[in-house]
Amino acid sequence: MNTSDWLQTLFVFTVLLLLVKPLGAFMAKVYQGERTLLSPLLVPAENLLYRICGVDKDDEMSWQRYAIAMLLFNLVGFLALFALLMLQHLLPLNPQGLPAFPWQRALNTAISFTTNTNWQVYSGETAASSFTQMVGFGVHNFISAATGMAIVIALIRGFARRKTASIGNFWVDLSRGILYILLPLALVAALILVFQGVIQNFSPYKTVPLLQTTSFEKPQMDEAGQPRRDAAGKPLTDPVVVDEVTLPMGPVASQEAIKELGTNGGGFFNANSAHPFENPTPLSHLLETLLLLLIPASLTSTFGIMVGNSRQGWMLLAVMLFLLLVSFGVLQWAETSGTPQMMALGIEGGNMEGKEVRFGIAATSLFEVATTATSCGAVAAMHDSLTPIGGLVPLSLILLGEIVFGGVGSGLYTMLAFAVIAVFVSGLMIGRTPEYLGKKIEGQEMWMSIVTILSAGIVVLILSGIAMITPSAVAAMANPGAHGLSEVLYAFASMANNNGSAFAGLDASVNFYTLLGSLAMLIGRYVPAVAILAMAGSLGSKKYIPPSLGTLPTDRAPFALWLTLVILIVGALTFFPALALGPIVEHLTMRGGN
Amino acid sequence: MSKHRAPSQSVFDSELLKNALVEAFKKLDPRSLWRNPVMLAVEIASCITLVTFLLSLTGANREPVWFTATVSVWLWLTVLFATFAEALAEGRGKARAASLRKSRTDVSAKRLAAPDFSSPQTTVGASELRKGDYILVEAGELIAGDGEVVAGAALVNESAVTGESAPVVRESGGDRSAVTGGTTVTASAIIIKITANPGETFLDRMISLIEGAKRRKTPNEVALEVLLIALTLVFLLVCANISPLSIYSVAATGQGSPVSLTILVALFVCLAPTTIAALLPAIGIAGMDRLFQKNVIALSGRAIEAAGDVNVLLLDKTGTITHGNREAVALVPVGGHAKRELAQAALMASLGDETPEGRSVVTLAKQQGSLLEVLPTGAVVIPFSADSRLSGVDVDGVIYRKGAADSIVTFIRHQGGSIPKELAEKVNAIAHAGATPLAVSRDAEILGVINLKDIVKSGIQERFQQLRSMGIKTVMITGDNPLTAAAIAAEAQVDDFLAQAKPEDKLRLIKEHQEAGFMVAMTGDGTNDAPALAQADVAVAMNTGTQPAREAANIIDLDSNPTKLLDIVLIGKQILMTRGNLTTFSISNDIAKYFAIIPAALVSIYPQLGALNVMHLASPYSAILSAVIFNALIIPLLVPLALKGTKFRPMPAEKLLIFNLMVYGVGGIIVPFIGIKAIDLGLGLLI
Repeated sequence: MNTSDWLQTLFVFTVLLLLVKPLGAFMAKVYQGERTLLSPLLVPAENLLYRICGVDKDDEMSWQRYAIAMLLFNLVGFLALFALLMLQHLLPLNPQGLPAFPWQRALNTAISFTTNTNWQVYSGETAASSFTQMVGFGVHNFISAATGMAIVIALIRGFARRKTASIGNFWVDLSRGILYILLPLALVAALILVFQGVIQNFSPYKTVPLLQTTSFEKPQMDEAGQPRRDAAGKPLTDPVVVDEVTLPMGPVASQEAIKELGTNGGGFFNANSAHPFENPTPLSHLLETLLLLLIPASLTSTFGIMVGNSRQGWMLLAVMLFLLLVSFGVLQWAETSGTPQMMALGIEGGNMEGKEVRFGIAATSLFEVATTATSCGAVAAMHDSLTPIGGLVPLSLILLGEIVFGGVGSGLYTMLAFAVIAVFVSGLMIGRTPEYLGKKIEGQEMWMSIVTILSAGIVVLILSGIAMITPSAVAAMANPGAHGLSEVLYAFASMANNNGSAFAGLDASVNFYTLLGSLAMLIGRYVPAVAILAMAGSLGSKKYIPPSLGTLPTDRAPFALWLTLVILIVGALTFFPALALGPIVEHLTMRGGN
Repeated sequence: MSKHRAPSQSVFDSELLKNALVEAFKKLDPRSLWRNPVMLAVEIASCITLVTFLLSLTGANREPVWFTATVSVWLWLTVLFATFAEALAEGRGKARAASLRKSRTDVSAKRLAAPDFSSPQTTVGASELRKGDYILVEAGELIAGDGEVVAGAALVNESAVTGESAPVVRESGGDRSAVTGGTTVTASAIIIKITANPGETFLDRMISLIEGAKRRKTPNEVALEVLLIALTLVFLLVCANISPLSIYSVAATGQGSPVSLTILVALFVCLAPTTIAALLPAIGIAGMDRLFQKNVIALSGRAIEAAGDVNVLLLDKTGTITHGNREAVALVPVGGHAKRELAQAALMASLGDETPEGRSVVTLAKQQGSLLEVLPTGAVVIPFSADSRLSGVDVDGVIYRKGAADSIVTFIRHQGGSIPKELAEKVNAIAHAGATPLAVSRDAEILGVINLKDIVKSGIQERFQQLRSMGIKTVMITGDNPLTAAAIAAEAQVDDFLAQAKPEDKLRLIKEHQEAGFMVAMTGDGTNDAPALAQADVAVAMNTGTQPAREAANIIDLDSNPTKLLDIVLIGKQILMTRGNLTTFSISNDIAKYFAIIPAALVSIYPQLGALNVMHLASPYSAILSAVIFNALIIPLLVPLALKGTKFRPMPAEKLLIFNLMVYGVGGIIVPFIGIKAIDLGLGLLI
């Protein structure tokens, strides 16, 4: 890494760490209904919203009611988006006259945006109108993020409350998350992005002349679709000159801000954050990297404040940061090292394939690590073109369960489920019935934590296995062999963990992937979400046990180390064989010079 | 006092081993393995390998016969080792239960129509006795059932239950009225009201507990099992996932063969947490057994585990923290009298006093030199009376008295004597130090003060220090006044005390601590302790205690030694730690097993994966066999650890965690690398 790489990296982490505490404290205040800077402006709006919807903001819900409200709300959101996609051709703001989505894609896309996955089987510029982008995807970017945050807040209340059966009001948590946190931050971020040159308009697509024309030979086809040949059997071609290009337009900046901030990741364009209209400059790139990490990182602080011990939050942040930095280091090293095959061709400076020259290796590595560590899934480079070990890094970050910061809300609650498991085993090892934050960890908590951390992994194991013996699924691979296996593994890992980024190279639009992928996204989102709410209910009704000398402190280095080990061991034991047949063997093959 | 404890059994007693082996085979029945789902899964896996072995005999399987045969044998051994571990743990209990059962041979009882020695008797079998019946038990007879003495007093030999051969007094009324079925009346006759139906008596409960028949899983065991089942399920899916992935890889590369069923099953068994699952039942049973070796009966496994979580320990002062009786430790003369003079008077005043306190005064006084040590003839002993609150002796017209200072003062004033000025000062000094001052007088003179002190048991401070380092707070409960209590509390180094404690105070104290989230343990023996015992999370009743106290408790201490609570806490912690440590060990082992099996299973498809064979195992077959054999052998190797429990060192939680992580976590990663390599080398010599 050169000086500018170091400075950029340092910039992102410094600003992030400076923002964690104030934003964390702000979010704690918001969810606890305390006064904040924005209250004078937003309290009337909030109250108006409750009056219109008939919500009593002091109506505390049991975990079951909370879960039902969450599920129903998400179901309605899904149905609305599904309908919108099926009726796109009838709706306004569609200057290109784009047609309706086929039902399989509409289903996959609607589930994808409802579950905060944002896996895209369509390409934005050729399939989605501005109306779809704003009213459909944009709205879901906000509400799916706010749903995740509401769930983690309910879990935190479970830890913080004593002998209380209720865990808060879903409607209030949802509304506050959007009004006080997501909207203001997205507004500021969108303005900065516009300032950097991200477009924001409703114009029809523009056709502009190319500065440098290109030309190629196009084969002539007969009526049967066969190439025409001359007497010698050589294909007949026509020369074609390309001298103009179509530039897609749309309200990109507003979408871009929430895409990163809410760890959604659904790009306005197919090229996502590698597209110059989404991510034009190094500064916009750093801002987007920062936005990815901002809320998930700050939620650790919110957690610490709400459970009354901010060190608990810092400990989780430290574990996450450690895993992120190690991943970044490995990816950066792998990409800078390049491959022996490239060296043989005399290509210096590492592996630039699939990367944007305006960002370079370091800033790209940072973005890709951040986008897979959080469950965002926006990409600024093509993961399919990373070196084997380089590709292993984002894949592993996803397979660990999206806990290294993770999705907004979902990352922290999955991490807390890991902490519960770590507390349980370590509690036994010191000869005590395990307790975390003063709450006894018993059968119920173990079940719910295990369901939370394993359901995505189980889905990946089953579906990737089925894919490898299904001809249509195998045929969709662009690169058969170990790399193709990685592509399939990545696709299911990304969907089941609600990440949404693609390894690419796999034609995910075949029915096998759209339909089974939809199932993976649903299970990966809602099974853990309900399990977490059940755990919140169970924890909240327990009494608080004050710490004593015999209690294992969970806010210090030894526990942080143990938690890190538990995360790595669970991940490694679950996926080692699959990874051995994918990226690992690919790496060994590459090193062997084959 | 002599003790006849159950003879200590070594882990590998040949008779026990033989019985356990037979039981181990019986436990292979899937209906009994159902309770241990992980091992049931391993048994199913073993059945599958048996089928693949049979297929390889017919040539329908491409693997060599010796390989499938060996894998199958070792998988079956894995299950057998697990059932053997459980059978061995149960066997130790069963041997003890059998000796208890001997004392329960069906005896006959003399049933009385009414609780009256003269009421008509009918002779019935013990099994016909019901709650509320009255029976007469005379010298030399066995008591037919649990009950309460309602008339008479007798010496009862309770060695059948407690191992204590010295008989104890059981009498109607008061705190010593409970009798246990199976014990023998050695002198005198008593009438007993039966308080338990046959099959529900204390002895019955003890036997069934020791045999493990009624052993229910504790909440911790259930939670751990959740984790183990989930891991097993994940590993099952991991192995199922390898199959299609390898089929695809074979198709894509055009070389090698897909991973076979035998290898997948072998991998599954190696990855599944078999080590901990195999030893889990044994750990719990062995814990109960260790308690029994300390002469403590836990009425449920939950109680022992709760003991490991205790944060607050309520201890009765008398008999636990201090020796039961106060002791004279100093003589303080007043009014210008010589110390020797005081010693002589104190000696005289106490020679007729047969109480331990009186005897301790005699002992102390004798240390002052050659004094008159026997009562002269004609001496008249004045025993302690509640009226005068004094005791002493009249010898040749000289009146020696000792008693509480205010009683002596009243007595002397009455005699017309004067009170030395410094008396009040000396008395207060002793009282402030937490001791009891006794004034001594000769005729109408006060000679001085005896300092009677509660003697704190030696070494008790260290035990409390240990408890503190484990995070357990000790609270002393005493009927003494706050001043005395504070002084003793300071000397014994308990963390807190409750003075002038009444039963309702104890109950309130427990409730307050529980309200604050603490787990409270207490010891008690009297009927007035029963409410507090019922409220406490861990309630230890002395076996000498009353029936209500024993019923309210969940742990019974047969030795009636209150410091046992410490041992109980340690055993509770040991059980949890053994489980946690073996779980960590079991899961850490998987890393080495992956490095043994994965390259072996996939190397035919991708020769490059040979690079993962970091142990340089000789051949793929040998690698897989080595992992399977290691996985099986580790179970019997860890049986002694499971039965004895891992060592508990009192130290702060964090240090303990680091220590155990180093031993069982890091050790669990390293040991299988060495073990598998060693087995592979051994196999190389055989093949």
